[in-house]
Amino acid sequence: MVIPKMRKGYFQPVAGQFNMPRQQELVKDKKSMSKSIAEINEKIRQGKAVVVTAEEIIDIVRNKGVPKAAREVDVVTTGTFGTMCSSGAYFNIGHARPRIKLGGGRAYLNDVPAYTGFAAVDLFIGANALPDDDPRNRVHPGEFNYGGGHVIEELVAGKDIRLAATAYGTDCYPRKKLETWINIKDLNQAVLFNIRNAYQNYNVAVNLSDKTIYTYMGILKPRLGNANYCSAGQLSPLLNDPYYKTIGVGSRLFLGGGIGYVAWQGTQHNPSVPRTDKGVPKGGAGTLAVIGDLKQMSPRWLVGASMLGYGCSITVGIGVPIPILSEEILQYTTVTDEDILAPVVDYSAAYPQRQPDILGEVSYAALKSGKIKVKGKDVPTASLSSYPRAVEIATILKEWIQSGKFLLSEPVEPLPGAESGVTFKPLNERPIEF
Amino acid sequence: MAVSKKIVLRFPRRLVQRPIIYRLVKDYDLEFNILKASITPEEEGLLVLELKGNRQEYDKGIDFLIKTGVKIQSLSQDVTHNADRCTNCGACITICPTGAFTLEPRTRYVKFDNEKCIACGLCITGCPPRAMEVHF
Repeated sequence: MVIPKMRKGYFQPVAGQFNMPRQQELVKDKKSMSKSIAEINEKIRQGKAVVVTAEEIIDIVRNKGVPKAAREVDVVTTGTFGTMCSSGAYFNIGHARPRIKLGGGRAYLNDVPAYTGFAAVDLFIGANALPDDDPRNRVHPGEFNYGGGHVIEELVAGKDIRLAATAYGTDCYPRKKLETWINIKDLNQAVLFNIRNAYQNYNVAVNLSDKTIYTYMGILKPRLGNANYCSAGQLSPLLNDPYYKTIGVGSRLFLGGGIGYVAWQGTQHNPSVPRTDKGVPKGGAGTLAVIGDLKQMSPRWLVGASMLGYGCSITVGIGVPIPILSEEILQYTTVTDEDILAPVVDYSAAYPQRQPDILGEVSYAALKSGKIKVKGKDVPTASLSSYPRAVEIATILKEWIQSGKFLLSEPVEPLPGAESGVTFKPLNERPIEF
Repeated sequence: MAVSKKIVLRFPRRLVQRPIIYRLVKDYDLEFNILKASITPEEEGLLVLELKGNRQEYDKGIDFLIKTGVKIQSLSQDVTHNADRCTNCGACITICPTGAFTLEPRTRYVKFDNEKCIACGLCITGCPPRAMEVHF
């Protein structure tokens, strides 16, 4: 595994430089063990840091107890590899001669439209974008074989991508047409920028109707024929830090096989949901917006996805390291699949009609057993996110940290927490009268 | 000794009008179960069969098919699991009507048992990274 390069001295956290009220309070509160990110980074530099995955920590704490494990373990790594629709990439293709202004024009990458509302040669492509001539759901269910997610995967893989663009022409940018191959190695910047990833918990999707339905949660067979879930459960980043005590804006992470950062709270970030006694949200809650250098990434961790009857997307690999700053933070990382409950939602009616009804709550332990009980019926389960790949991500991140090449970063701003009052509001439609 | 196999038969245009499967029953006492059948205009006929019977009679029946000009292939060669493309998510597990996909309990890797596959094709478009391939 190639470890992406980090600039030397690139991120040296300076104590007190950033406004981090929550973290400081937390460290002060702890009468028992407390460590700082700077101390952990020093151990990482010396190759002495003790790093384990969020799966391994469960047994370690079971055997040694919290106080001992908190003293010994410095970092717990998490991982998730799921289809994350609100993902995309932007890049700068360099100026053509004569110059062309793509901003306000049209641009296609392998026939998939890219967003051109920026300056002359900056483009953004979203994972769900589809070629204009894709039949979509004209014949239902549409296959959605190729879209923005696939373009990103091929770009990352180093394949040439066909750019076709038209512009309106100006005095300083006279050209109106451009057709050329582009390649990631020639782009000035190529950046993955996903505005909502790593959902903290999610629905379990079922179908109560009499016909098969095709959803972003996969194919759902009629009359509770199957139940699909998508969280990595006990390995999932935000489920191991349920109150966002260590993961914040600026947290360095594994993204698509390279190094990325938390850019902001993700869209639909919803920290104010009901939680279990252990603080685990009982449904979709926090989300992350993440950013990173696409040139470092790999197609193994950014895979174009086709959701039958739904659309195109991309499967993204993310792993976030959690610094064990206190016993409390360690305790959160010991979350198990038994502790995490997800709501069972009918995607034939309740979901599309935005009704709040749920058919019950099930644990990830039950989901991973292969069947759950819904309305008294045994329903076979399937996952849409890859647990083996989540384990692999957590393990790779662990190796990066152990080898001294991946340092933890101090968040520069916390994510809105459970008491922030931030909620996920529905659209309030206001009819436009003529 | 009894034998039961899933096979793919291809009928060239000239054979489409002839009753061939009938002869397998009548002359060789073989039992068949049609899993898939299609005739494309200007192309060949395609039949996916499960064929059962006495070992010797089965072999004779297959010889008869070959002599008649029917091309035969075993079904397992036709539906393949591309392990490089597969992310081991497991979305296929509940899509497959015959339970040909299972999860290895410890690692949760997806296993494809092509003995159970009836080449219905549901997994082909049901797999998000498109790791299942069918070649007839």
